Amino acid sequence: MNTPTLAKPATSQQNWIRWLFFRTRGDSPFVRLLIHVVLIAACALAIYPVLRVFSVSLRPGDQLLSSSLAIIPANATWSNYVQLFTSQNFVLWVWNSAIVTLSVSVLGVTLAATSAYAFSRWKFPGRGAGLLFLLTTQMIPAGMVLIPIYLMLAWSGTKLHIPMINTYRGLLLAYSTTALPFSIWILKGYYDTVPIDLEQAAMIDGASQLGAFWQIILPLSTPALAIVFLFNFMGAWSEFLVAYRVMLKDTLWTWPLGLNAMQGQFQTQWGMYAAGSILIMIPIMLLFLYSSKWLISGLTIGSVKG
Amino acid sequence: MGGLTLPIVTDSLKSVIPVLLIFIVGAVVLELVTYFILSKVFRSRYVLPYTLLAPAAVGLAAFVGWPIIFNVIVAFSNWRLANLLNPSFGVGYFVNNIKAVFTGPLLNTPDSGFFIMFGRTILWTVVNLVFHVVGGMALALLLNRQMRLRGLYRTLLIVPWAIPQTIAALVWHGEFHQQYGFVNLMLARIGIQGPAWLSDGTWAFVAVCITNIWLGIPFMMVVILGGLQSIAGEYLEAAEIDGASWWQSFRNVTLPLLQPVIGPAVALGTIWTFNNINVIFLVTGGGPSEQTNILVTGLYNAAFGFSKYGFGAAFSLIIFAILFAIVAVWVRMSGALQGVYE
Repeated sequence: MNTPTLAKPATSQQNWIRWLFFRTRGDSPFVRLLIHVVLIAACALAIYPVLRVFSVSLRPGDQLLSSSLAIIPANATWSNYVQLFTSQNFVLWVWNSAIVTLSVSVLGVTLAATSAYAFSRWKFPGRGAGLLFLLTTQMIPAGMVLIPIYLMLAWSGTKLHIPMINTYRGLLLAYSTTALPFSIWILKGYYDTVPIDLEQAAMIDGASQLGAFWQIILPLSTPALAIVFLFNFMGAWSEFLVAYRVMLKDTLWTWPLGLNAMQGQFQTQWGMYAAGSILIMIPIMLLFLYSSKWLISGLTIGSVKG
Repeated sequence: MGGLTLPIVTDSLKSVIPVLLIFIVGAVVLELVTYFILSKVFRSRYVLPYTLLAPAAVGLAAFVGWPIIFNVIVAFSNWRLANLLNPSFGVGYFVNNIKAVFTGPLLNTPDSGFFIMFGRTILWTVVNLVFHVVGGMALALLLNRQMRLRGLYRTLLIVPWAIPQTIAALVWHGEFHQQYGFVNLMLARIGIQGPAWLSDGTWAFVAVCITNIWLGIPFMMVVILGGLQSIAGEYLEAAEIDGASWWQSFRNVTLPLLQPVIGPAVALGTIWTFNNINVIFLVTGGGPSEQTNILVTGLYNAAFGFSKYGFGAAFSLIIFAILFAIVAVWVRMSGALQGVYE
């Protein structure tokens, strides 16, 4: 895209209206105003529910049900946060989630990066069937695989004496493999856009095929690798159904299990629940927004070739 | 603090680090074995790709391939809670399971027949995707220009995608509360008496649709924005010089050039929406009286709520077949996967 540099507003007339509506080709001031209004409204719709959760998390215990729409409630208090840290194993849940999620993301990206390279650069027998299989797995209803995965993990403990229930490794295996098909698809599409000449040049200079992959393809594929890392991370970070069957001991709970248990107590501790949600949203949102610069190119370049 | 103590930290690290090492060593050993067998025994031309694929193939076979096969086997059985430990297998059971899906009510209410849920699934998928694509396209078009605050808008608009879906769905569940949810509070401010969202079948369906539309627009927006940015400015300039109106150049230049991006995104969106269990499960639970169940939530409720595993397996195969057919037709029509096999 060719981007003309932004016109600098004249310093004498530099006020915020001019700043906001700096001139571009085409749009009249009215249209520009309209666009800003529409976008501001859309942004409000996008973030208001999150602000509401924040608002609930600040409410004192006797005002959880209130018909106020204020973001900062009357008598705002941090007591829900304090209680979350003192009366619940919240930090432990987040720690468990973090360990599992980081390991899964690293494993998932490594496995996908190498296998996608095979799909992208060779026309080996079984390639078409393999790609179709990967695509097909995306259409399987989630409820369908739950029982077999559980039975297999349980079987590994009783027959192979490698316990998988109540261990991190059970979750690691289940998460890092089930996210593979999508990761491979994204990466394969991206590798396809990297000209093969680059590797051939490196190989003429004496690099091996894998050396060329490591030194040329991987660095060029940063956006797609970032996306795949992000998708693995997000999937594992908030997964509930498998964890619910595998992590039975409450010291091994990931945060979705912890929050779920909190919700199931006699009276839902809505304030603490909201506080926990806010704290869990923050790291994932930061990671997401940080990588959003790769999001656009990483997702689409694979499908627009040329 | 918060249940996390130093011994727990060291214990968990002690258990996770060896596991990671074992996985890595295992993968390397697997690759070496594959490499050795293929190059020495079979003298294959494709030693390297098969070697690279070996660890992923083993993982996929165990955690994706085996569950599928298992599911097919279970569909040929009468496995349910009553005979949990000694199910019987046979073609007759398969026929019965399939018949049961299409005839009787799948859950407890008369409203839960297969065809009602199927129709609702189609409606759910179409409504969601239309709003996702139109909303995402509109926002992407607005953002694809030079203007102030563009980065800020884009960042804020991605927020619904960045929130864990489980939390988002539970939040919306709370906010559709008739009395204290913000939806009705807002409606009251502008003088509208909001409905009892979650206790009326139609409104509950509207509520789950709103939730999922809110969740899904950012993905389409990002994908379409990426597509718009890859369209060279010359095409649109040429259209402008030829005197094309905004609509003409959108219809005849932008849309066709966006097709390679939108085609796969819609295919993916169809799959995700059709199979989306989280949103309906957490916002309405399929209620009131099973009036918001789509096929996958009906499956979950039937298989786990009533512990009818054989029936559930057959049901899931049918859902899978329907979705596969829909996606196959879409891929054919839109050419969404052109070039993938090159």
